[in-house]
Amino acid sequence: MERTAVLERFDVNNVRKDFPILTRTVNGKPLVYLDNGATTQKPRQVIDAIAHYYTQLNSNVHRGVHHLSQLATDAFEVTRRKLKPFINAAHEHEIVLTKGTTESINLVATCYGKAFLHAGDEIIISTMEHHSNIVPWQIVCEERGAVLKVVPINEAGELDMAAYRSMLSDRTKMVAITYVSNALGTVNPVKEIIDLAHASGAAVLVDAAQAIQHLPIDVQALDVDFLVFSGHKMYGPTGIGILYGKEKWLNAMPPYQGGGEMIKEVTFAKTTYNELPFKYEAGTPNIEAGICLAHAIDYIQEIGLDQIARHEHELLEYATRRLLEIPGLRIIGTAKEKSSVVSFLLDGVHPYDVGVILDKLGVAVRTGHHCTQPLMDRYGIPGTVRASIAVYNTTEDIDALIAGVERAAAMLR
Amino acid sequence: MTINEIQDELIDDFSFFDDWMAKYEYIIQLGKELPLIDDRYKTDHYLIKGCQSKVWLHADHQDGRVIFTADSDAIITKGLVGLMVKVLSGHAPDQIANSNLYFIDEIGLKEHLSPTRANGLLSMVKQMKLYAVALNAKA
Repeated sequence: MERTAVLERFDVNNVRKDFPILTRTVNGKPLVYLDNGATTQKPRQVIDAIAHYYTQLNSNVHRGVHHLSQLATDAFEVTRRKLKPFINAAHEHEIVLTKGTTESINLVATCYGKAFLHAGDEIIISTMEHHSNIVPWQIVCEERGAVLKVVPINEAGELDMAAYRSMLSDRTKMVAITYVSNALGTVNPVKEIIDLAHASGAAVLVDAAQAIQHLPIDVQALDVDFLVFSGHKMYGPTGIGILYGKEKWLNAMPPYQGGGEMIKEVTFAKTTYNELPFKYEAGTPNIEAGICLAHAIDYIQEIGLDQIARHEHELLEYATRRLLEIPGLRIIGTAKEKSSVVSFLLDGVHPYDVGVILDKLGVAVRTGHHCTQPLMDRYGIPGTVRASIAVYNTTEDIDALIAGVERAAAMLR
Repeated sequence: MTINEIQDELIDDFSFFDDWMAKYEYIIQLGKELPLIDDRYKTDHYLIKGCQSKVWLHADHQDGRVIFTADSDAIITKGLVGLMVKVLSGHAPDQIANSNLYFIDEIGLKEHLSPTRANGLLSMVKQMKLYAVALNAKA
């Protein structure tokens, strides 16, 4: 009964009212924002919180005894407190705040590498990883003499799970895999991937940058070792990222950077490190973003991830069906399980050209390789046009996209 | 015609377009008229890589003038390349090196030359001028 009431309350037009930027025009046309995979727009609640921070709270955190510093510290720690149930972490101190997903992955690659990787050890990633989940592992493999292995995908853009199984061995030390592909929209079977890795004694890092804003995540149910994501892709501010790590790993790994905040005691003879999570939070963090992320979490939870997922999935299916009606249009990434992303190409047309024409029509999409060059190479294409959907998108947005692609096709062919 | 005379003519041509579509259709047409780079130069050595589209550029020195040929894998980029070649090709190296490409602003295509654009066009203009400087030094 209560559920029905909630469902009835969801009205995308009400949601849109929370996002001031959606009322602006681009090139004289109403903005149609379909580049949510790159970053989402921010609701009024987050924007107001940023203004409130600088007008009422601004002060450094975890240091001062003065009133403002305590207020800022409390507000900053509220975010960590809210992140714990949001991903169902066992402890607040398992949540490390970073600059973003990229820094979170680099932190794990560097620190886990120093502690646990030896010559001949293996790290498994997949063909569909973002460069941020490839390059840090390449760097650490080179440093430690470890070997990087890549799980292939099928034409639909689904992981070859048989190949994955055959790659796992007692040499495997880490499996780093994306939850949702930023370029294809594929939702990977991460629970199965984690269970198989654990059976081989390997740890697992899940890149949830494209998942956290679209589907509910429970790190304890997944039994994932590390989970990483960014604030700015979940309606929050830029410059704040999250690293969830199991306590046992975070305690066992060395610190990432040295500096303020991360120390317990410093002498020139020896420094002892602070406890979790501060051991990994050297230097002044992005306080504004850290504090205001809490408002983005509240915003998502008020609507509910189930509701968001349902709305986005309807739009994804609608967009897919309408795009396929355009002659010579091919969708890249046709996995059975997909979320919020549709990537496509017009036969004989460079994706860049489509992007330029869509921009003239006020439609913001991403074109290019989406920081997944090995994936584009796998398909033998220079890139794609990617429309990525968020909670505030509408069927009218999709209609504008379709009209734009049809117009681009007429001009460019 | 001098570089500036060609620029002024282009500004005049573009002033007749009252909407962006006509402008882009003209740019696409210019791409089709671009003097294409010989296939043997379509290699990585002559490649100017943008983040998204590719441009190949070749410069030849003939009777004191620089002749540019080029190509791109994206049709709008190719048209923009065609514009630059139309303005700069066939002139003396010092004229190219010292040219001020004011027409880009005037015809409303500045956005394509900002450093954030993914088409490699800004790098191409730099490369055209570098070729001219190099040829000038050799001459």
